[in-house]
Amino acid sequence: MKHSKIEKIIHQDTVLKQALTDPRVTRRDFLAFAGAMGLSTAMGSALWSGRALAATPKRGGHMVSGLNDANTGDSLDCGLFNATYMICISRAFRDSLVNVAQDNSMEPALAESWEASPDAKVWRFNIRQGVEFHNGKSLTTDDVVASINKHRGEDSTSYAKGVFSGISDVRVDGNAVIVELADGNADCPALFTDYHFNIMPSKDGVAESLSDAGTGPYLLKEYNPGVKTVLERNPNAWHPDGGALADSHEVIAILDDTARQSALISGSVDVINRPALKGIARLKKVKGVNIIDVASNLAFTHPMRMDVTPFDNMDFRTALKLSTPRQEFIDKVLFGYGAMGNDQPLGPGFGSYDADLKVEYDLDKAKHHLKKSGHEGVQIDLSASNTSYGGAMDAAQLFQQHWGKIGVNLNIVQEPQDGYWNNVWNVKPFCTCYWGARPVEDMILSIAYLSSSPWNDTVIKNARVDELVVAARGELDQTKRTAMYQEVQHVISKEGGTIIPAFGTDVAATRDTIGVGDQIGGGWEMDGGHFLKRWWKA
Amino acid sequence: MNRILLMVLQRFGLGLLTLFVVSIIIFVGVEFLPGDIAEALLGQGASPENVAALRHELGLDRPAHIRYIDWWAGVMQGDLGTSLANRRDIAELITFRLSNTLFLALTAAAVSVPLALIFGVLAALYRNSIYDRSVNVVTLGAVSAPEFLTAYVLILYFSVKLGWFPSLSNIDANTSFINKLHQVTLPAVTLMGVILAYMMRMVRASIINLLASAYIEMAHLKGMPKLRVIVKHALPNAWAPIANIIAISLAYLVVGVVVVEVVFIYPGLGQLMVDSVSNRDIPVVQACSMIFAGTYILLNLTADIVSICTNPRLLHPK
Repeated sequence: MKHSKIEKIIHQDTVLKQALTDPRVTRRDFLAFAGAMGLSTAMGSALWSGRALAATPKRGGHMVSGLNDANTGDSLDCGLFNATYMICISRAFRDSLVNVAQDNSMEPALAESWEASPDAKVWRFNIRQGVEFHNGKSLTTDDVVASINKHRGEDSTSYAKGVFSGISDVRVDGNAVIVELADGNADCPALFTDYHFNIMPSKDGVAESLSDAGTGPYLLKEYNPGVKTVLERNPNAWHPDGGALADSHEVIAILDDTARQSALISGSVDVINRPALKGIARLKKVKGVNIIDVASNLAFTHPMRMDVTPFDNMDFRTALKLSTPRQEFIDKVLFGYGAMGNDQPLGPGFGSYDADLKVEYDLDKAKHHLKKSGHEGVQIDLSASNTSYGGAMDAAQLFQQHWGKIGVNLNIVQEPQDGYWNNVWNVKPFCTCYWGARPVEDMILSIAYLSSSPWNDTVIKNARVDELVVAARGELDQTKRTAMYQEVQHVISKEGGTIIPAFGTDVAATRDTIGVGDQIGGGWEMDGGHFLKRWWKA
Repeated sequence: MNRILLMVLQRFGLGLLTLFVVSIIIFVGVEFLPGDIAEALLGQGASPENVAALRHELGLDRPAHIRYIDWWAGVMQGDLGTSLANRRDIAELITFRLSNTLFLALTAAAVSVPLALIFGVLAALYRNSIYDRSVNVVTLGAVSAPEFLTAYVLILYFSVKLGWFPSLSNIDANTSFINKLHQVTLPAVTLMGVILAYMMRMVRASIINLLASAYIEMAHLKGMPKLRVIVKHALPNAWAPIANIIAISLAYLVVGVVVVEVVFIYPGLGQLMVDSVSNRDIPVVQACSMIFAGTYILLNLTADIVSICTNPRLLHPK
């Protein structure tokens, strides 16, 4: 009875719910906040412990997960990872140098420790000694260098080439690997939390990307791409306490939403990712099922190329931004699972996120700006496809309605899924798009918001943004950096060429026999891809 | 008998020619699709440099006809090549999935073919009776419902509510035969719903067609029981169309069950083919389409042989 009452309160009060799911909020923050909302401490406490779920981690057992975002063409080559299934598998059988911990701090993995030169240009990563790959080979600094170089250089086929393009040299120094950067970057360790970055065994200086030998807490027992993976505990793991809770895992690729949900409801699997949001209210009511949602930095973006009329006009862009129905977007397209966006790419998961920066829905102001731009009654095309994000076609219709109210005629062009990222995105003047979460501010800003960015999909060339991003990179004083990133947020929100109505929420569902801990890490869905190691079966 | 042998050989040769033509059509078709595997794999992260690097690594920077000839050269030596997407051996990828596909198809066929024959004969025997009408309504209803709907309804009742059968077909190389049968029950029942009606109605129609013939009337006049007339006299002459419809249904079971595979997470060939097309993984698409085309050719050939063998007029032409 008590439980259902609590749930009712959670439903009634979305503000409290957001505070409850925000990974940055601690128990103390929450109780103070709940007090301010007029709840007693006991009530607040009960709410908080509801969040902790099955609270004591338990070792052992066999966990079965059903994940979508898998493909029969999946490969062990980490340079080609772009989907959740392979990210989770690789996090279980391989290691990185650095991990994003559940509290979103940088946690040492195969790098035991690291230090930077004062200008943050030269970084020394001390590599853990006595670590063995699953095939018995000892981990050497050469393996680490080869694993880094996989993503560098002209011949690299890696998806993450851009992430590592700031590295000018990598070399071995005793038990350490020295990484030299072209410009100072205080976030250098965060580069090595990127999911494309796995440490693999090497031969003659080349990483063996297809090898099933990792150093991770699980052995890759069976791997059938797009079908199933079986993992078993690595008895020889270097990690403290074995680095994982469940003894073994079966990870099944289940692309069909209904199939994934019925597998969970019937108990065939313990964990699924991305339950269909359309039916989530019903799934919530099923006995024995928990819904887990984590605020993410995934941004639903709508880039306008700022070198094309009418998008080159700031008043025109402002008019569109002011008439974009953000709450409706969250309610109707994301079914409530999202956080309000403000037309800049740094989401609520970042330490520097400025929660006071808001873009209000104001049709009068929008009309005023449209008039000033001289583009009243103009017709624009929006190239849209559900490939860019689920619900993009619905979103386009929502925009069409609201922009119509100020006198902008939106023509929705449904683009084919195939080749969307080559023929539409970064080509057409205005399209639907998304940007996945990055662990640190610099990674998203450098890749898409500098004049020199490789994927500058809004063609933004803003001297102030360029200056701030480069300065923040080398700034080791956290307060100063935060101030710089906040200014960047304000400039891009006001002058930039992208409409970001909302940031996403990662949603997963588990049987109530699964424990997940007090906090769930961000960076990617499923606890940053680390859930196989961190979650347990009670 | 020599005639049949000659025909089989002739048809076999034509079949190989068909396979060759199919392989060209598929190759050209996939080439015409926008984008290639390098772009498909790298997705949003594709930059001109790493797309070019990946193309070079996969040998896609060579002209199309050279790649096609290379592929044939490999096939002639029994080497299907490796998947471009994950560099795994295609023969290995396909063996596991083909055996699953065949297992599901045979299970569904083993139940539905005898059922279709029995239902069809009985429907012809008691035509226009309540039995005839109800069996027609039920099977036609089943074939009219989309497969995914049937599948979801079965899952709802038999796996979520009753828990008798799993909704996931969690099959691997070590799954025992009995366990496999248990796992494919729901997918097989779904497929039966699709093919039963066609076969049953074809059996019924072909027999009823013959019942108007003079020799059947003669049999009736001799005072033979109805069932005996149908089974002994009508059915043997109805085999040709029945064999054809069975062949087509079997071919459908092998090549057309991707929806059922998706809903039940059954690791069959269909899903592999669909994924490979969207990845532009040409060698895998080629291998799958060769298997599918080969299945059609072989089954049609079998159906023709059956029709000829059961028809003395075709067996001894003047």
